[in-house]
Amino acid sequence: MNIVVCVKQVPDSWAEKKLQPSDSTLDRGSADAVMNELDEYAVEEALRLQEANGGPEASPVTILTMGPDKAAETIRKALSMGADAGVHVVDDSLHGSDAVATSLVLAKALGTLSWDLVILGTESTDARMSVVPAMLAERLGVPQLTFAGKVDVEVDAEGGVARVQRVTDTGFDTVEGRLPAVISVVEKINEPRYPSFKGIMAAKKKPVTTLSLADLGIGADEVGLAGAWSTVTEFAARPPKAAGTIVKDEGDGGVKLAEFLVAGKFI
Amino acid sequence: MAEILVLVDHVDGAVKKVTTELLTLAASLGEPSAVLVGAGFDVAKARLAEFGAAKVYVVDGDGSGGSADHVVAPAAEALAQLVASQAPAAVLVASTAEGKEVAGRLAVKLGSGVITDAIGVSDGFVATQSVFGGSTVVQSKVTHGTPVIAVRPNATPPVAAPAAGERVDVAVTFSAAALAAKVVDRTIAARTGRPELSEASIVVSGGRGVGGPEGFAPVEELADVLGAAVGASRAATDAGWYPHQFQVGQTGKTVSPQLYIANGISGAIQHRAGMQTSKTIVVVNKDPEAPLFEIADFGVVGDLHTVLPQLVAEIKKHKA
Repeated sequence: MNIVVCVKQVPDSWAEKKLQPSDSTLDRGSADAVMNELDEYAVEEALRLQEANGGPEASPVTILTMGPDKAAETIRKALSMGADAGVHVVDDSLHGSDAVATSLVLAKALGTLSWDLVILGTESTDARMSVVPAMLAERLGVPQLTFAGKVDVEVDAEGGVARVQRVTDTGFDTVEGRLPAVISVVEKINEPRYPSFKGIMAAKKKPVTTLSLADLGIGADEVGLAGAWSTVTEFAARPPKAAGTIVKDEGDGGVKLAEFLVAGKFI
Repeated sequence: MAEILVLVDHVDGAVKKVTTELLTLAASLGEPSAVLVGAGFDVAKARLAEFGAAKVYVVDGDGSGGSADHVVAPAAEALAQLVASQAPAAVLVASTAEGKEVAGRLAVKLGSGVITDAIGVSDGFVATQSVFGGSTVVQSKVTHGTPVIAVRPNATPPVAAPAAGERVDVAVTFSAAALAAKVVDRTIAARTGRPELSEASIVVSGGRGVGGPEGFAPVEELADVLGAAVGASRAATDAGWYPHQFQVGQTGKTVSPQLYIANGISGAIQHRAGMQTSKTIVVVNKDPEAPLFEIADFGVVGDLHTVLPQLVAEIKKHKA
């Protein structure tokens, strides 16, 4: 079973993020860049599926990312966790791509690989759209098994079946589809392993293929800022909230708060 | 008048509050038509008509097409077919997990741009979004194709505007690809009896300051006396003090209620990202330096274990 995990390098989620005035894109330089947190769970889930399905020979895990040069670090991190190979789509024309274009690039990159499962995190902490996995399933014409809190795969003669517990507002739905399929995982589905020293060393020797837009047969006008199908027309720092009333509890904090709620017609 | 399609969020025809909000929003931009996928029109009609749906397109109205047992893709296919036949000015869906996925798939099908997490949409379908934990407000628009916009629950006060709600059945044959992911079982977690977190008008949350799982008791009591949902910070759910599905924050749920009461939560960006657009924010924390006080409309520097019980008692007195 061939598994591909799509990962994204994003600004550290604990850092303040900003848009660049020059082109309204995310300023990726001002904060530390890390692997999108949810992608760590995706990589871990892939490695667990590998372990349950014959190991790296039988079930190789390939890491795919679309991002600037620096995104190679994120591939290396996944390789040091235990993934086997990487594919990095990098091209200056990709700057400012929207989700639609990102899904196009990832789908075309997947077209260069053999895969039975594509696993992603549900969303990235910068854009937080949670649409790319669904868009990928749409483009690839395969079952969408997203928002998974649990993943089970049964390989069979015709490929296999993936069954996930899809998180809902009321609990979960058990959703299944035949491979090949797209899976996205939610936070806390597993506990991602820390790269071992041995893993970090081994990662340096694992193969990473670099692909450009030309390699994927995608025109520069289909992606990037120019190719985006939505645009930011203006942005501003949120106006500072007018300072509220802060009181110290001197045995009456609850009473004062109740007065505030009454005045605001909340009760 | 420009037709605006609004995808209905429902369970067997019981229409969710967010749909009434989207219909109200659509009415400010054009003429709303609801799109109901699955069975339940007879149950849904009154509410959809009350909030402005001139028409209700019914897809898979008898449920035989399989929309109820398949995830996201059938609704996207239904909307794509309607966009092709009706050429609406825009499509609005709720910015929920499922709604966003429908929006994403629809955008790819249509060759349209898509905007999610809109907290407002104005003339010309300019969407307002609050991003990066609420620190930046953005105006954005779709520049290609039919705008597909996912709008956050609680962003628009619903206003009754009775309309015809005329049923229009639409025959959609779902493709094999749309039926590829099948729901084989549904598991309902024990009901709390409280409103659902992302739809609730009032949310009462607990964080590290509650001190342990039993520390949530005063938080829950306050929620119950206010008819509110309960939320938890990442610190509290990581520590196992409250179930993960109630986490509000960067990697949890994003909420935008009328009133958000944060107890024992310091307010690092991880949490703020999930609640910063709440209309009124109340903070209770022992630490006067807690960052969350910076965005509070009202704050109490004190121990939630004494403040909340006193507050609950006052509320009960007031209601009596």
